[in-house]
Amino acid sequence: MERFVDTFFNGAVLIRYAPAILEGAAVTVLLSVLIVLSGVLLGGVLACLRAYRIRALSFIIVIYADVWRALPPLVLILLGFFGLPNVGMVLSSFMVLYLVLTLVLAAFAEEIIWAGITATPRGQWEAARSTGLSFTAALGHVVLPQAVRMVIPPLTNRAIAITKMTALGMVIGVPDILGQATTAQSFSANASPLTLAAITYVILFLPLVIASRWLEARFTPPGV
Amino acid sequence: MNAPSSLTVPSLRIAGLDKSFGTDPVLTGIDLSVARSEMVFVLGPSGSGKSTMLRCCNRLEEPDSGSVFVEGDPVTGPGVDLNRMRQRIGMVFQSFNLYPHLTALGNVTLALRRVQKMPRAQADDVGLEALALVGLTDRARHYPAQLSGGQQQRVAIARALALKPAVMLFDEPTSALDPELVGDVLAVMRDMKARGMTMLVVSHEMGFARDAADRVVFMDGGRIVEQGLPEQIFGNPQQERTRAFLARVQG
Repeated sequence: MERFVDTFFNGAVLIRYAPAILEGAAVTVLLSVLIVLSGVLLGGVLACLRAYRIRALSFIIVIYADVWRALPPLVLILLGFFGLPNVGMVLSSFMVLYLVLTLVLAAFAEEIIWAGITATPRGQWEAARSTGLSFTAALGHVVLPQAVRMVIPPLTNRAIAITKMTALGMVIGVPDILGQATTAQSFSANASPLTLAAITYVILFLPLVIASRWLEARFTPPGV
Repeated sequence: MNAPSSLTVPSLRIAGLDKSFGTDPVLTGIDLSVARSEMVFVLGPSGSGKSTMLRCCNRLEEPDSGSVFVEGDPVTGPGVDLNRMRQRIGMVFQSFNLYPHLTALGNVTLALRRVQKMPRAQADDVGLEALALVGLTDRARHYPAQLSGGQQQRVAIARALALKPAVMLFDEPTSALDPELVGDVLAVMRDMKARGMTMLVVSHEMGFARDAADRVVFMDGGRIVEQGLPEQIFGNPQQERTRAFLARVQG
């Protein structure tokens, strides 16, 4: 028991490395916010473009979404960080992680929001168009608001799943929570920083999970 | 009866309309004019092309050939500003099609604000006026899901009325309603007629057609088989197909 506590909850180690992990938490939060905002936005734009049913464009979007959903993010992160410099593109580890996870989230978000657009009844389009709204206005004011509300549960699930993947940044040296913790672990030869990392993730993500429940409830139309 | 006169331009004119779905012809050579303030009822068995004809009037269905005019201005043909023309053609759907994420007032004012670019306050005034016409001013802030079917359909009517259209198209407006709610919607339609609205109505409400319509059109197999005054069509139909249909629906 003493050895267990010493390994995972070593007070001295915890105190010494807490500031570093806190810095890591700031990086994780910043990355997560940026990834969710740009990923969902990009996915939404792609889903909207697909609604115009321009064959060539839709084809490109579908290929993009399928390939990026199929590839393991870790492979893309390694390719981006170790591969791109060979073709003259040197990106920081932060930038590689941000871009890869944004593009992965956008691929999922596109599919999810597209599902919402196709699930919106045809009559909604017809009502909007019959009052003189253009296709774009009908999409923006009538169909998209309903589509997004409909897909908030899968969208928040996916967003949370992607933000947890910021931990993958550790393999390319992003100083996020897990990056800081593994560094601390090798310096201290003790697992306590990892415990602290786990606790920090729970503190960060549990409220997010709860907030997503609130969001789902908030956007259920009244009376339904 | 307000018979179409050669001196006045009809509010709605359909000329030589043809439409097929694939190889199935659904409309063949439809000619129909609706005079200003006239209420024309379209009857016919299901699959006779009534709804398709209505949906061709604002091009929710694209006609294969033929033309549609609203107050003499073309709805069909090249160079038509369709979104502008659609504002002059109100449409009421069987399934209401209210926007569930907007309040009743939001439904009524959306096109005013987003197409006519009316400032919010002004659009709200026009919207409340339209809701008053259907007797639902007190439901302006309610969402569709908080309204009964009859109220929803009346909001949908107000949504079309707010644009002050030249003609209103009704596509089976009471077919999705519980019987006890049908009366409210018909009362609103009767009131609109009294105010001089031009209406083309596809409906199975025979009793309403008999006492509110100016003219009844009977369609079958994608063609207009017969038309005339309600008392003519219901009392003394000339065509065998009309007689057979009326015998079926009136029992």
